[in-house]
Amino acid sequence: MLFPTTSSPRTPARVVVTGAGIITALGIGWTPNAEGFRAGRAAFRPVSQFDVSRQRVKTAAEVDLPSILPPTRLGARSIARLDRAGAMLVLAALEAWRQAGWEPAENLPLVLGTTAGGMLLGESYFRQALQQPLRHCQQATRAVYYQPQVQARMVCDALDFSGPITIISNACASGGNAIGHAWDLIRFGQAERVVAGGYDALGEMVFSGFDSLQALSPTVCRPFDARRDGLALGEGAAVVTLETLVSARRRGAEILGEITGYGTSIDQHHLTQPHPQGGTTLMVMKQACASAGITPAEIDYINAHGTGTVLNDASEAFAISEWAGRRAATLPVSSTKASVGHLLGGAGAVEAVVCLMTLREQWLPPEIEFETPDPACKFPIVNKPQDARVNAVLSNSFGFGGVNAALIFRRWA
Amino acid sequence: MSRIFVAGIGAVSPAGWKVAALRGALDKGEPLPVQALPRPGWEKPLLARLVPNPPVRPEFLAHPRLRRTSPITHYAASAALEAAAGLRSKPDANNFRLGIVVCLQSGCVQYSCRFYDETLKNPATASPLVFPETVYAAPASHVAALLENVALAYSLVGDPSAFLQGVALGVQWLEENRVDACLVIGAEETNWITADALWHLDRRATVTAGAGALCLCRDPKLSAGIELAVITDAHTFSARQSRTQAAQAMRRQLGKNSPGELLCDGIGDSPRTGAAELAAWRDWAGPRVSPKRILGEGLMAAAAWQCVAACDAVAGGKFAAANASLVGSNQQAIGARFTAVAQASCL
Repeated sequence: MLFPTTSSPRTPARVVVTGAGIITALGIGWTPNAEGFRAGRAAFRPVSQFDVSRQRVKTAAEVDLPSILPPTRLGARSIARLDRAGAMLVLAALEAWRQAGWEPAENLPLVLGTTAGGMLLGESYFRQALQQPLRHCQQATRAVYYQPQVQARMVCDALDFSGPITIISNACASGGNAIGHAWDLIRFGQAERVVAGGYDALGEMVFSGFDSLQALSPTVCRPFDARRDGLALGEGAAVVTLETLVSARRRGAEILGEITGYGTSIDQHHLTQPHPQGGTTLMVMKQACASAGITPAEIDYINAHGTGTVLNDASEAFAISEWAGRRAATLPVSSTKASVGHLLGGAGAVEAVVCLMTLREQWLPPEIEFETPDPACKFPIVNKPQDARVNAVLSNSFGFGGVNAALIFRRWA
Repeated sequence: MSRIFVAGIGAVSPAGWKVAALRGALDKGEPLPVQALPRPGWEKPLLARLVPNPPVRPEFLAHPRLRRTSPITHYAASAALEAAAGLRSKPDANNFRLGIVVCLQSGCVQYSCRFYDETLKNPATASPLVFPETVYAAPASHVAALLENVALAYSLVGDPSAFLQGVALGVQWLEENRVDACLVIGAEETNWITADALWHLDRRATVTAGAGALCLCRDPKLSAGIELAVITDAHTFSARQSRTQAAQAMRRQLGKNSPGELLCDGIGDSPRTGAAELAAWRDWAGPRVSPKRILGEGLMAAAAWQCVAACDAVAGGKFAAANASLVGSNQQAIGARFTAVAQASCL
């Protein structure tokens, strides 16, 4: 029953990550992404998925999808109905699932974050409806398969599991919220294992939207740089398998890291602009630390939301500086959006996997293009590849509409 | 185990801008008239049941954040304010930590179509004022700004059954003491593209729009005489479980009907779409109400109306308990039961 539920455990369960899948413009899977993020490689190129000739900005971080998906339980007909977003989601989920070594299961919750779901199918539907109003071919299929819950069911079918599906659409905080919600479900005894993640594909409407807002950088995406002039868009997906520590130990599973803290709240300042002093950002970082039982002094790296827009980075820099206090002067911060762009609903999940990489492999992801710090940054920005001792990291995600999320991950050694 | 109460309900529907209008239409039991919805490129219009203009311009529309919003936010805000009216009139209202869960299936289609149409014509002139209103999270953000003391706000997307997932999320926040009350809102707006999509999927259904809201709380003193008794599991449709099997599993968890119980089902005008739910409730001998037959296919709003109607029937003393059966279109089946709270335990 969703209600009444069984009583929460007196001590919340510890939640560990035993599988991670990641798809970005840097590559398909952990290894190429870890190599790319570690080097601070930027994956931007001219947009090829749709016409950008009349847009102000013409580049983004596009994913090179394989022409044939690896075998899953999905039949050819189902695979043909996947759009780019769905294909990236299935790929990421497959990698995480294999790494975790999970078997087909029932009553296994799936929590996903997305801003657009199958918007590419929605765009096709709209174009055909307007340009060929009497042609109905494929329209019913598009009307069904553009819906994110249907894409989520494809993940379940591909990996042969079933269970409650929750789709969180808190704009660009969606991926972080999805993992945070999954963490909550396990901690409070509502599930022993959860599949969670986030995804979004690059689409014409969203690209045009950010371009119309003049939020896209016409030069280079440089989060927290005093010369920053906007964000860059990307696409991708990341999925993690979460389970109680007890479950992971029982199975003898390899543990990639532990999620120890989560905070979320809403900034009511403006639909698209954060509060200049970042009050809600400060609040969610404090909440995450409180739930993890640690202080800013114990955080070794922050994977910032860091979009590269003037307003976001100033607000986030202010909040991080305030939150970290004296620790700020030595606290390494970077935004991996400098490498793969802003993945919107996928951002929080992809950045969560980057955090796991830093914990597993003991390096920090640099922003190679970063040169001149914004005066609001009281902390160092990682701008060169570097190895580091990393035991605890914090990842920020903020969205249009004001929902903010922060996650804390701990090294498993 | 904690007890969860319903502190208030709100609704906007093609019947009008309050729960009373919804109640009136359901009591009357006659399908509301349909309107023509011009469809570009077609001579024959599509049909819809549109939300009438409010008799008086709602005061909340003067809020700066709501200036450029599309109807889905107006509907969500109106339903939320109506549901939260009891809380907002309390002297300590400002100390309340409110949660908001907005559930959507189709979402902000009006501005999405408008913005994409502008993009296709010429992206250089596509309006930056319209784009932010296209995101699923926009209504929740605006309602949060309107209500001010909001601590948490999520937007959930899914088929209509996700409304009860939203209720379960609100319950979770209450049980974890993250909020003192939680508004769960189901909202949709419509335009020709939604009607067109529905026409492709189910030609007997008539698209409609609106919103419904429940305000949940743990404090029995705030109860409007309604208690949330049960939300079943989410019975997901899958290769392992058909829609019909999922509906039956939900039905089994709600149990057999007792005298004095109402069923608010999601049966509409299409026998094919309603077959799974009809089969699941074949043995139901008690009274039932089917809001979609009267109001139309309102997607997530229709799911919210079912729950609002169930709560309203209990609050009005007509029934000791009411069940809401949400058999979604492509995700899952979930049901809930609401019961009357004895007056003594409200005080």
